[in-house]
Amino acid sequence: MTALQRLIRHPWSLGLLAIGIVLALWWLITGSGSVNKLFLPAPQAVWQAGQQQWSSGMLLQDAVASTRRVFLGFALSAGLALPVGIAMGSNAVICRLLEPLMGLIRYMPAPAFIPLLIIYFGLDELPKVLLIFIGTFFFNTLMIMDAVKFVPRELIETARTLGGRTLPILVRVVAPFIAPQVLDAYRINMASAWNLVIVAELVAATEGLGKRISLAQRFLRTDEIFLGLIVIGLIGLLIDLGFRLLMRRACRWAN
Amino acid sequence: MHLQISNVSKTFGWGARRKQVLRQVSFHVHTGDFVALVGSSGSGKSTMMRLIAGLEQPSSGGITLNGRAVRGPGADRGMVFQNYSLYPWLTAEQNVAFGMELQGRNRRDVRERSAYFLDVVGLADAARRLPRELSGGMQQRVAIARALAAEPQVLLLDEPFGALDIQIRESMQEFLHDLWQRTGLTAVLITHDLEEALLLAGTVHILAPSPGRIVRSVTVSHDRSAMAHLRLSPAFLELREDLAQCLRGLEPALSA
Repeated sequence: MTALQRLIRHPWSLGLLAIGIVLALWWLITGSGSVNKLFLPAPQAVWQAGQQQWSSGMLLQDAVASTRRVFLGFALSAGLALPVGIAMGSNAVICRLLEPLMGLIRYMPAPAFIPLLIIYFGLDELPKVLLIFIGTFFFNTLMIMDAVKFVPRELIETARTLGGRTLPILVRVVAPFIAPQVLDAYRINMASAWNLVIVAELVAATEGLGKRISLAQRFLRTDEIFLGLIVIGLIGLLIDLGFRLLMRRACRWAN
Repeated sequence: MHLQISNVSKTFGWGARRKQVLRQVSFHVHTGDFVALVGSSGSGKSTMMRLIAGLEQPSSGGITLNGRAVRGPGADRGMVFQNYSLYPWLTAEQNVAFGMELQGRNRRDVRERSAYFLDVVGLADAARRLPRELSGGMQQRVAIARALAAEPQVLLLDEPFGALDIQIRESMQEFLHDLWQRTGLTAVLITHDLEEALLLAGTVHILAPSPGRIVRSVTVSHDRSAMAHLRLSPAFLELREDLAQCLRGLEPALSA
């Protein structure tokens, strides 16, 4: 196999190629001068804006602020969704009690809660963290519940005939079996968490990547808007890869 | 050990959907016995097993183990299911250890006994492998080792070889017979395979379908030292054919 063939077969090469083509087109279009650079800033301008924000420490500060909110809100959501989802999936009474309620709230768009959250909790961190919680908790819970319902009956009954009681079975049979689906649910819903943190920051914040974008709009700094979008995309991609890595490490049996 | 099943009936559903699955089934199992229940699908044999395991409750009648009523599942009645019962995230050794850990045995004990029982089923070399890396027959042997390691008073085998290829089935039957002789276990086997029942069990109960009930019970006493020969011996084949006819006569669609 030649080096070129190896390169093409590498799982990442085609994806990187597509990204490269988009970057090249961007660079060509802005270079040709056919588009007003106020609407489409050149890659170099975005890069410069990045360097500037980085050296002033603003970029890191914003990224940390947004990431912190996402992690706090999502940790709260994921941590609570796990026991509630398992309880709903393994107990018919709890399921019938909570599923309609959750199904209803799930369809309420989380951003619509922002005005209420601001009235209740002001403009601090808490309403933003809670928004992420509201926007992801119900999806996380229902996805975990579904995973629990698909645990093969034989696995649970075997544990029962070996003398297992309810709680040890939930911890030692149900939890490990659903681990891959739970991690996948978290990975998917993490994307919503990122959406919501930006929305929350657009509405009310003093720092954060979303806040920076909304300020940039006020001053027509499209280069900074592009910068914000790209940084958000990159952080999201990193988190996604992190989840995939974790899954591959922790759930080797499921691959 | 004395397992007594007395006049057990089981009905599922209500109203128009009400269906009696078992009617007035009685039999017993003593220490060291190997008892088989044979029947076609619809004979309620799986339900019978689940009742003994305590996974379901009888509608009427009673099941007692050493005089005490069976009210739920417990480690005194180990069960081996037809398939999908190994924990896919645990190695063979960890699967065998699973029941003992649930029972709260100390670690050293668990480790030694897991190794011992894996050896008993001939899988000492596969200790570190995950279930998906084992063949179907090997998986069932791990499941049997896991059930035995929990020290049940009676081993319930629910079509344990039903999902295996015929050649592997035969070698597993020999393995199980050998295991029974070596370890002196007590077993209840359910199967739709008459030959399997006659090869392994000292007592065979024939179940008729819809509703399931015992219509015939035979005591089997062949020389089982050479199972391959036994399968073809005239006396064995005669008994097998006799019972096969009995089973065929129970199928409503075919006898009509």
